[in-house]
Amino acid sequence: MKFVDEYRDAHGVAELSGEIRALVTRPWKLMEICGGQTHNLLRYGIPELLPPEISLIHGPGCPVCVTAPELIGKAVEIARRPEVIFASFGDMLRVPGPLGSLLAAKAEGADVRIVYSPLDAVNLAHRHPRREVVFFGVGFETTAPATAMAVWQAEREGLANFSLLAAHVLVPPALEAILGSPRRAVDGILAAGHVCAVMGFGEYEGLAARHRTPIVVTGFEPIDLLEGIRLLVAQLEQGRAEVENSYSRAVHRDGNLEAQRMLHEVFTAGPREWRGIGSISDSGLHLRARYQEFDAERRFPLPAVAHAPTDLGCLAGEILQGIRKPRECPLFGQGCTPDAPIGAPMVSSEGACAAYFRYDRRSV
Amino acid sequence: MCLAVPGRLVEILPDENPTLRRGSVDFAGIRKEICLAFTPEAEVGQYVLVHVGFALSVIGEDEANRVVRLLNQAGDWE
Amino acid sequence: MNEFALQCPAPAAPDRVQLAHGGGGRLTAQLIERVFLPAFANPALRVLHDGAVLETPGARLAFTTDSFVVSPLEFPGGNIGHLAVCGTVNDLAMCGARPLWLSAGFILEEGLPFDVLERVVASMRDAAREAGVAIVTGDTKVVDHGKGDGMFINTAGIGTVVAPTAISPRAVQEGDVVLVSGDLGCHGIAVLSVREGLEFEAPVESDVAPLWPAVEALLGAGVEIHCLRDLTRGGLATALNEIATASGLGITIEESAVPHAPSVRAACELLGLDPLYLANEGRFAAFLPECDLERALATLRACAVSQGAVAIGRVSGASARVDLRTVIGSLRVLDLLSGEQLPRIC
Repeated sequence: MKFVDEYRDAHGVAELSGEIRALVTRPWKLMEICGGQTHNLLRYGIPELLPPEISLIHGPGCPVCVTAPELIGKAVEIARRPEVIFASFGDMLRVPGPLGSLLAAKAEGADVRIVYSPLDAVNLAHRHPRREVVFFGVGFETTAPATAMAVWQAEREGLANFSLLAAHVLVPPALEAILGSPRRAVDGILAAGHVCAVMGFGEYEGLAARHRTPIVVTGFEPIDLLEGIRLLVAQLEQGRAEVENSYSRAVHRDGNLEAQRMLHEVFTAGPREWRGIGSISDSGLHLRARYQEFDAERRFPLPAVAHAPTDLGCLAGEILQGIRKPRECPLFGQGCTPDAPIGAPMVSSEGACAAYFRYDRRSV
Repeated sequence: MCLAVPGRLVEILPDENPTLRRGSVDFAGIRKEICLAFTPEAEVGQYVLVHVGFALSVIGEDEANRVVRLLNQAGDWE
Repeated sequence: MNEFALQCPAPAAPDRVQLAHGGGGRLTAQLIERVFLPAFANPALRVLHDGAVLETPGARLAFTTDSFVVSPLEFPGGNIGHLAVCGTVNDLAMCGARPLWLSAGFILEEGLPFDVLERVVASMRDAAREAGVAIVTGDTKVVDHGKGDGMFINTAGIGTVVAPTAISPRAVQEGDVVLVSGDLGCHGIAVLSVREGLEFEAPVESDVAPLWPAVEALLGAGVEIHCLRDLTRGGLATALNEIATASGLGITIEESAVPHAPSVRAACELLGLDPLYLANEGRFAAFLPECDLERALATLRACAVSQGAVAIGRVSGASARVDLRTVIGSLRVLDLLSGEQLPRIC
């Protein structure tokens, strides 16, 4: 595929990893924000191509993993209603909540369907006018404008049998929390290229300056990832803390203004609970008053799902902040596996623990 | 997060609703109808970056070739 | 606020059957180990091959069974009827056996249109003819509307073992080469392309086909076959993991050598799937000594069903693990999946 295959070139990879080796003089901890980047770093075995001074920390960049169990409980309760067709991205189906996963609900008879796009959920609502179609809106700023468009379209068309269970989260507040933490372990940030394709990277300039931390907007293919790492290491070695864009084929400073406009038309920021992290203010997207008739939480009022946090020795919170590595967790591969996940990062294949479990078990 | 894939815009589909501009995008033989509402500037023949059925940006071909070209110059490989 | 607290859910107790137990991945393997093997313990089953090889006076028979569940029932390039015949015929072929007879059990859902049933049965007739087998016994049950995805089919098959030596994971040896009979993933993508909510236009048809002609040709050419495995549910990655576990040997494959059609690769990029785990219904992997490789490839490429045969890796060491040399030259573990691959956005 054009714009994909040329970024998976073994010679280019070797070239870049050589340049990184030549640059580095001391240990650096780099965090990639995005679960898709974590997935590809491990899928392509990139850590083994890096000099030992560089350690990669897998941040909380998987919106599926960080969706609060309470919200998954609500999703399952709504999905179980006989009149409901519950539409979701495939990633979300296996994630366990207090009432089990959506996949388990489906096995018990709930009408849960995988869609590719939020607009597919709108189409389902058109095709099944006597059913209630509920879309589970998960994802970061990359995905939120698409969900916003689905709601906007439903409103325009007066589509009364469509609603949204909103679980969208925002990256900068989480980044602020990680960089501002007194236990902060991170030296530099690989910013998620596709989030920036929508939002641009102006927001990161303040973050980089305030926390004296270099941030490089980075793509997803092996050469993109290594180029991002190279630029980050160069900044760290030179004592700079700037925002650089290494994914300029897809990202501009201001991002996609049309997508931002739609996002702000439909959503407003508010507090959100992150699995494994806790509540972060202004880190969630909620429907504006004008669109509240499409809010599934209003349409299907539910008692708060009881959720007893259980400390089983899981280090999810520290792993997501890069304070610990997945293998340092006593439960990793023992009580906690992708088949029976305990912590958020084991939940989806993009979670740091699940990715380690699948791709980096050579010593286990 | 955020799987987004580049594909070539092969056709702009006629639509009575101009805010929901749609196009047919080709991914090495796979065709998918994609919403172009966020990329009004996209033209047939250009590559767009697609996420959950939406084109998020038009791929800059010059920028795309920059990294690859630099690497080509640095090493002796094709 | 902005205080990192630890909040982990309690693990889900695995006290009920989950979909993933039938997905062909790690949970399926656990289910077999935990429930079926101890209960049915016998040497033929313990081999954990696609079919059992049974010694009877005057003959070595291969015996296998498989159940077919697919949504939608019809997809580009085939339907559940093709799968039901080819799946069982292919399991026999993977034992080095010439398929002879099949049984067919139908579980039909009340309300299934007759024209669908008739198309499926016609496909079974055609596939059986192509594979040279007769469907000699059968059974029909009807379940209430809503209790069975249109129709389920079970087939069992009997064949005579033609291969001169045992074909099984235990016959795999260090130094063996691994080859696949053609490009992988077409069946999986063909089925996905017509799922409601995911629909896309793909120039991809299911690869469903009987594999016996290819195996017969290999045996006829005198190739020393150590192991054969059809790459159905769970795909290449799952099959290789099963063989690595059963043989106790390590397998290393080259990602860039594994053939996929460009459109299969593109569909995987779009949906976030790994093509190495996609299902095939007319492809197999073969393990054989390196000295026979060229002859095996030439023989396979002369058969229509295996004209895309290529070598993809080899067997080395006693790690009982599958390693993948990635397209960028690094090495990583190729693991079993926890369940069916689901399209992802992340």
